[in-house]
Amino acid sequence: MSKTITLDGKIIPFEDGQTIMDAAMAAGVYIPHLCHQPEFTPHGSCKLCTVKVNGRNCSACTFPAMDGQDVLSETEELINDRKKITQMLFVEGNHLCPGCEKTGNCQLQAVAYHLNMLDNHFPLFYPNREVDASHADVMIDQSRCILCTLCVRASQQKDGKDVFAVSGRGINKHLIVNAQSGLLKDTDLEATDHAAHICPTGAILIKRTGYRVPIGERIYDHKEIDQVSLETEHVKHGE
Amino acid sequence: MRQFIQGIAENSHYQATHLLHILRQIQSHYHYIPEAAIEQLSGLLNIPRTQIISVVEFYSFFHLAPRGQYELLISDSITDHMLGKKDMLDYLTKTLGVAVGELRDDGLVSLDNTSCTGMCDQGPAGLVNGYALTRLDRSSIDKIAELINQQKPLNEWPIELFQVDDNIYKSGLLLNQQIEQGAALRSTFKRGIKETLKEIDNSGLRGRGGAGFKTAIKWQFCSEEQQTERYVVCNADEGEPGTFKDRVLLNSYADQVLEGMAVCATIIGAKQGFLYLRGEYLHLHDKLQSVLDRRRQNGLLGSNILGSGLDFDIEICLGAGAYICGEESALIESLEGKAGIPRNRPPYPVTQGYLGKPTVVNNVETFLAAASIAINGGDWFANIGTEKSKGTKILSISGDCARPGTYEYPFGVTVQTILNGCGAVDVQGIQVGGPSGVFISNQEFDRKLAFEDLATGGSFIIFNSSRNILDAVHNFTHFFAHESCGFCTPCRVGTSLLKKQIDKIVEGHGSAGDVVALEELCQLVKSYSHCGLGQTAANPILTTLERYPDLYQSRLKEISFEPGFDLDGALETARRMANRYDTGAHLSQTESEHE
Amino acid sequence: MANKIRVATTSLAGCFGCHMSFLDIDERMLQLVEVVEFDRSPLTDIEHCTNCDIGLIEGGVCNSENVHVLREFRKNCKILVAVGACAINGGLPALRNHIPLEECLNESYIDGIGVENPKIPSDIELPLLLDQVHPIHEVVKIDYYLPGCPPSADVFWKFLTDLIEGREPSLPYELVHYD
Repeated sequence: MSKTITLDGKIIPFEDGQTIMDAAMAAGVYIPHLCHQPEFTPHGSCKLCTVKVNGRNCSACTFPAMDGQDVLSETEELINDRKKITQMLFVEGNHLCPGCEKTGNCQLQAVAYHLNMLDNHFPLFYPNREVDASHADVMIDQSRCILCTLCVRASQQKDGKDVFAVSGRGINKHLIVNAQSGLLKDTDLEATDHAAHICPTGAILIKRTGYRVPIGERIYDHKEIDQVSLETEHVKHGE
Repeated sequence: MRQFIQGIAENSHYQATHLLHILRQIQSHYHYIPEAAIEQLSGLLNIPRTQIISVVEFYSFFHLAPRGQYELLISDSITDHMLGKKDMLDYLTKTLGVAVGELRDDGLVSLDNTSCTGMCDQGPAGLVNGYALTRLDRSSIDKIAELINQQKPLNEWPIELFQVDDNIYKSGLLLNQQIEQGAALRSTFKRGIKETLKEIDNSGLRGRGGAGFKTAIKWQFCSEEQQTERYVVCNADEGEPGTFKDRVLLNSYADQVLEGMAVCATIIGAKQGFLYLRGEYLHLHDKLQSVLDRRRQNGLLGSNILGSGLDFDIEICLGAGAYICGEESALIESLEGKAGIPRNRPPYPVTQGYLGKPTVVNNVETFLAAASIAINGGDWFANIGTEKSKGTKILSISGDCARPGTYEYPFGVTVQTILNGCGAVDVQGIQVGGPSGVFISNQEFDRKLAFEDLATGGSFIIFNSSRNILDAVHNFTHFFAHESCGFCTPCRVGTSLLKKQIDKIVEGHGSAGDVVALEELCQLVKSYSHCGLGQTAANPILTTLERYPDLYQSRLKEISFEPGFDLDGALETARRMANRYDTGAHLSQTESEHE
Repeated sequence: MANKIRVATTSLAGCFGCHMSFLDIDERMLQLVEVVEFDRSPLTDIEHCTNCDIGLIEGGVCNSENVHVLREFRKNCKILVAVGACAINGGLPALRNHIPLEECLNESYIDGIGVENPKIPSDIELPLLLDQVHPIHEVVKIDYYLPGCPPSADVFWKFLTDLIEGREPSLPYELVHYD
């Protein structure tokens, strides 16, 4: 008999080694997340996927599924708090959607739409962050980085490189690149690298591709992120 | 430089796990980490430069830009402030001619604040090139300024500047009698390993860092792991503001602590141990090293300990200014030469710790107690204390009392007994367990120190009625924002938001909704943070808000809303540049004032 | 007609794009003015608010005049609404927030390319700039937010009809946009 957990009252099966996120996605249940992509080692830092497991808050993307767990996800409290965590990500950086090429394709924005976030709630930080446009094909706007480390992991785990890292501490944490000059142009990043395309926000963009898809016809203009996530982020059992 | 870097890398066998050790030497030599050193190390250790930069930028004691030949850091614990830090620091900046956070033009001296250095019973305190300075006052500052200006090497400075006292005022079960060297190991071998674990189990010993996990269970779990390469780690990263008992134990009871580690190693089957010493305790390093050497000579460390056939050795690893490394998985990351970012759990360190191998991490005091229990048996320990909290607790008492210092009390002791013992009168409240613990009011002095009532890692800061509690809350909240590792959103952003919000209220810009917003934010940070730091970062606010709601309310204006920034101040640049002095060039902070 | 709902609107540090979008409700405006009367607004040229039910604020707060206007709205409007990206998070004008104001003014009036008669404008009629652009919720209490750059005409319509018909205003997924 297969093992199961209960997610918002629904019994769903899982296999050994799967996290709660894996099990939920395989069962077609979306749990909001930003730092997680099934093809990379889970990170557990954005905390959007926090669920209540037997009464305790855990990150669904890192917490192992165990037989008989009672997991709550879509409760009023969790939804509200996920919205506040998203608002934290917005005020920490400079997320000026009208001027960002990623708008409509941005997962941060899409999660915020999904959570019906209408304001920032908290005071804005307006940090002074750099743009690195030195690379011929790829640019970084640090203002939009949410420190999810997907680019770090993609570079290491998919591209076999080590282009990105997160440095600093606390609110001063920031993305750095692997070049003596500190500039993207002096790294071995190529526009075809997985790491150049994985950014959930507009922090890493491919040059000369801007606005090819007009605003209004972009991913999340048509579909909500829960649907997109379940359709595109497949978790194959046993992987 | 090339030769110097080559030399230290070679001494560390080109091991990336020794990165902190290597960087400490570079920082100490050049007073920063030069870019060329990073490049060279990246090659020598075969790690990306980004890994080195991220470590340098994580730890407070490493810098990418030059600091002074004399790096002065002044402890910013609330206890330092209570002992007159502000006046002292003002005098220091004047005397040395350097501002806080700056490097003097001649490059000779730099000055900055640092988190609590663990000298709360003998502050205001500081560090010069990592070495502890105590009881700073005008006369010692005059002396220090002169020595710096004469460019006298530290080893020629008068030793009284570096005088660190134990200040043990009350000894109990553990501090009364030090064990005889090797006695705990001999007892263990004689009684048998399983039987000794049984004694530790019977003793009821729980971890002394504050969390209170049962020691015997942790050791047993580790010993039952499949992987046979296992490690013992002593957590001497005593960073909780107001705590300094581990400093005393490592100064005067080091043999017993190290022997406790050896007993643990024997039980779990570890060959290697680490003593992770906070960077602020650099002054203890050489002394501890010589204790290790002596123990090796006496057959108590190294191969074939006391002829038992068992091998075990201990290496000291110094931290570099990061409170978060007191969290056991962050400590392990740091031991591996990385930034101290707490790991996801499970797996727990007992199954996958240092280098992914089963690892026991315990507090200094836990190992001290374990060594005594190995000799005297479980009952000896369990007969003292309470049902759920056996034995004694060593406390670091500081703040407003006649005799700040180190005290050992049986668990279950009342707060009032402790206050009487250290000569505290007119007490308003106490921060028990440090900023991450709880602030209790003078209505709670019949409460007991025990895991089941007031749990504590040892910090006990007393505030008399002349103190403003919000000053402490403000200090602690800034501390957590400074020490947040930045890994998870709720703590990284939340601790900074807490800082802004408490500043707003303390500075008198709060209005009716602000305390509600503060409390809501506290709950968010507490409930969603990745590790203990974030989960407790709101405690100073939450525990005082619960006890002194009026204190917060009294700071609020009787209006429904006030901006969180200084409106008129925000016009200052424009006013100055436009030469405007008319009334229209000013803004009131709130509309009611404006009317 | 008596007891019409009084609505005031203004643009602070904005581009009037939100107002333009509001006008895009087109013929529905006729329905709206059946039940709504406009008070202070660029649509009416009334200079100061009187007691209003709803105040719609476009744009963030970048100078002293914005503060005065915002306070006037807060004082006179039962419900104050932040309309559009700039009111909600400062928007594009907030791009100047990481450049010191002194640098901005020098570049514009003293040493920028093509500046003639370099001089910082100084006249009591001119509002002074704040050193940063702020979203309006940091200066007064805000009751509702309508995101978008601009919010679409449908957003205005949905929000106002909700309020007018006594429902708690809400925006369905399709109407929530930040761009």
